[in-house]
Amino acid sequence: MSENTLPPLDLSQVVQAAHQSNNYDELLELTPYAKLLGIECLRLGDDMVFRIPANKDSIGNPILPAIHGGVIAGFMEHSAMLHLLMFMGTPHFPKIIDFSIDYLRAGHYRDTFASCQVWRQGRRVANVAITAWQTTRSEPIATARAHFKVDEP
Amino acid sequence: MSNSLILERAQRFLSALRHCQVLGLTVHAIDNERLTLRLPYSRQIIGNPETGVIHGGAITTLMDTTCGISTICVLPDFEICPTLDLRIDYMRPAEPNKDVFGVAECYRVTPNIIFTRGYAYQDDPSQPIANVVGTFMRMGKGPQGDTALKSSALKPEQLKGAIDGGQA
Repeated sequence: MSENTLPPLDLSQVVQAAHQSNNYDELLELTPYAKLLGIECLRLGDDMVFRIPANKDSIGNPILPAIHGGVIAGFMEHSAMLHLLMFMGTPHFPKIIDFSIDYLRAGHYRDTFASCQVWRQGRRVANVAITAWQTTRSEPIATARAHFKVDEP
Repeated sequence: MSNSLILERAQRFLSALRHCQVLGLTVHAIDNERLTLRLPYSRQIIGNPETGVIHGGAITTLMDTTCGISTICVLPDFEICPTLDLRIDYMRPAEPNKDVFGVAECYRVTPNIIFTRGYAYQDDPSQPIANVVGTFMRMGKGPQGDTALKSSALKPEQLKGAIDGGQA
């Protein structure tokens, strides 16, 4: 095992403990890239809203300034993975198959939110739609859809 | 445009993008046809702690940046081109502890839109880990095309000036 991998972990157990304590820090901190972006999650009843706080290290357009489109996409992709882990009983980190994003508005230098909708969960593949917004949910800055493989570690 | 001029433009463009500096992106190669950027492997971009494989988001950032800056290869003057959309298909997982190279070209340029395509690979360009298409909007456009574009396009000096002004 390389120095960059963790010993095998029981993800389902981590997810269950997070739900029970309403504290998702341990789940979020498992993934270095999620920490790099500063991803957080807020549970609102049965819904989960994901957030990245405004961070100078995420800027990709110095003129506006605006968040790098890749950061918005990475945030949305990771939100979809977390959503599958939290609500669909996916036992391992879902593997990305494809990802398609439409940028609707500039992602300004401020907090960004995302929520997910699973349109189809099969035995092997899940289809997830993700919406990202800043000021109001009705004016998304980006919409995306992704397929994940959910059946193997 | 000479290769050394477009190389200089690409490096200047890339150095102005803070998140790309955080990821350590560098210009690997550029000519009038295509651009190749390099994303070094690092622990901070690991997406799967069980395997050490980097996150798709880091590859999306690499490819969004590569496709976006590849517009330099085909535009006479520097223009900011925001991404309209981007699609990535993963052919195989990236291998841990290896750098990723992103290659992109503009295959159609219109007065308003630039269509780009590219791929990401690690050891062998003929075995890509991902294929990408992206569409970009031209902000320096005008009804007369290139003429209006030249007068309104943002110059790298202005971009640099804006950064020196403390906005980044």
